[in-house]
Amino acid sequence: MKPRIEINHLGKKYRIKKAAPYLSLRDTISDSIRSVFIKEANHTKDFWALQDINIKVEAGERIGIIGRNGAGKSTLLKILSRVTWPTTGEVIIRGRLSSLLEVGTGFHPELSGRENIYLNGSILGLKRKEIERQFDAIVDFSGVETFLETPLKHYSSGMQLRLAFAVAAHLEPEILIIDEVLAVGDLEFQKKCIGKMEEVSKQQGRTILFVSHNLNYISALCNKAVLLQDGKLAETGTTHEIVSSYISQITNRTAQYIYAETDRPGNDTVRLDSLKIIDSLFNARSNFKVTEKIGIEMKYEVFDHGRILWLGHNIHNQTGAHVFDTHSVNSSYYNQPHTLGKYTSVVWIPANLLNTGSYYISSAIFNHREKIIHFHEKDALLFNVHEAVDEVTAKGMNSEDIPGIIRPLLNWSINKV
Amino acid sequence: MGEAEITITSRGPVSFTFSELWKNRELLYFLAWRDVKVKYKQTYLGVLWVILQPLLLMAIFYIIFFRTLNIAVGMSYPVYASGGLILWGLLSSGINNSSESMLGSAQMIRKIYFPRILIPMASVLTALLDFFIAFLVFIVLLFIFRQPVSWHILYCFPLAVTLTTISSLGLGALLAALNVKYRDFRYLLPFGMQLIFFSSQIVYSLHALQKDWIKLLLFCNPLNGALELFSYPLRNEQMNVAGILISSGMAILFLLAGLLYFKRTEVYFADVI
Repeated sequence: MKPRIEINHLGKKYRIKKAAPYLSLRDTISDSIRSVFIKEANHTKDFWALQDINIKVEAGERIGIIGRNGAGKSTLLKILSRVTWPTTGEVIIRGRLSSLLEVGTGFHPELSGRENIYLNGSILGLKRKEIERQFDAIVDFSGVETFLETPLKHYSSGMQLRLAFAVAAHLEPEILIIDEVLAVGDLEFQKKCIGKMEEVSKQQGRTILFVSHNLNYISALCNKAVLLQDGKLAETGTTHEIVSSYISQITNRTAQYIYAETDRPGNDTVRLDSLKIIDSLFNARSNFKVTEKIGIEMKYEVFDHGRILWLGHNIHNQTGAHVFDTHSVNSSYYNQPHTLGKYTSVVWIPANLLNTGSYYISSAIFNHREKIIHFHEKDALLFNVHEAVDEVTAKGMNSEDIPGIIRPLLNWSINKV
Repeated sequence: MGEAEITITSRGPVSFTFSELWKNRELLYFLAWRDVKVKYKQTYLGVLWVILQPLLLMAIFYIIFFRTLNIAVGMSYPVYASGGLILWGLLSSGINNSSESMLGSAQMIRKIYFPRILIPMASVLTALLDFFIAFLVFIVLLFIFRQPVSWHILYCFPLAVTLTTISSLGLGALLAALNVKYRDFRYLLPFGMQLIFFSSQIVYSLHALQKDWIKLLLFCNPLNGALELFSYPLRNEQMNVAGILISSGMAILFLLAGLLYFKRTEVYFADVI
């Protein structure tokens, strides 16, 4: 079977103008008159939003598109959705394609919920018969049945969103393109959406292209990912690899960071000197096996005599999930004031606790009782945990990754009774 | 389901093939249906406005032109003027709606693929629906004023409506595309519409003009040809065939120009709208 989507040497050039994004007749006339008399350099600048992109998407693949703002993600989706057209290259799409660059496209506030289901469904490419067949399921999923005859303008924004997603979720394309649609709405509904999308993609075997800033969703939904960087294809691989590589791209500090004398976070009480991820030999390192313990070292200087200072780190994983916090509750300085001078703190994350993946660390010194945060350095460091081959781990003889935020190696006892 | 294969290149969309339009005929229907539904929401009189608008206009012209100026049109003036006004209504609301339609649908254009031409087409279709309701009122008027009607009505009326619709779509598509790129046309349009109105034999008759070359020049306005066809079965005057041919030629020219310009520019609609 041929790939569902074939992207060959795709490029998109935008011409950036200094003036307004749309042209006015006056500009065109005055420019052309001027150019008759004066040969001057163009006021426009070429900008390649995408350059030489090559991707093949096989049937049933779920691909996440990752990249910073301006990396070209949205432009790529727009071209695939046939909203805008490339400058070079081509895309071949095999199969029925629906794209959701936004939920609720074409919703009209004056029309009722029922009317908007038909309108929106039709705009998204559903036939009237398909809408009629799916109507009850859509209403059921959205949970707005009591307001079906009410004009949409009287709906709360949450209800509008639920209705919009419900229509979109009942499209039945072979290829589905989704952009950030889950960025809005309450948490419970987001979960429902993700659940629905997992069902659609995994059980029904759809081909999916998904762009989101939420790496959590990308990880939950996609089995492959591509990383875009400045309009170019930087990397292709499993979601896991690409997400890690993206995180190391956004946090370019990895194993250690020593602050410049004039740039130390903090205040007149305390200032941060350095942060370091260390191994058991106290060497700075950013890659660890799951069987190794991982240390976080923080150096700081105290300027105010007699203050109680608490230290803490937050650990987040690559999907943005908050793994845990640790505070200096069992150090001798928890109840004892610091005196003037320099300090070093170390805390160890035990071996065989974290799952494989990337983690980033935020560090703070604070006093909760005084409600003071002296500094809070967010996502200051990054480290990776990878598989340990030929060692005893929680994975055992499993060949696949074990799901879960953490992966502790726990003691089991099994007795025959 | 067959394996549909789409190739996307710099050449842009293929929305003008008949099969692509046919595939999306339901969307055209839904877009027009939305426009109709939305138009009369939150009005007390609702669809009655479709009938009231031409009636009120006609009353004004009846009082001003017929009662005070006594213009000869070769038949009952109220019938003549109201027929002219409903055709004018078809042309003007078709053009006005479609020229604004692209900007009104900017959100859809930026976010989703469909043949863009459906937007001005839906606007013209909406105007056509309004026209048919007003036309029913016009039929009633024919009876009230005991207007004699010849059998030529059977082909003259449909041709007149077709001619007006074609002009409306052509000019509408042209202005819709122009408006995306140059917003200046929003402000030029009202003057253009007035030019069409006053150069059309809506409230007067071109038959009263002496000079033939001026008549033929005025038939470059396709509405004049449509009005000529429309009034022919109602009055005992010779049809200006040359004029109708000029008008038809212009209408087809407008349609081709409008569609071609629309097709050439729709590639970058999403980028500049």
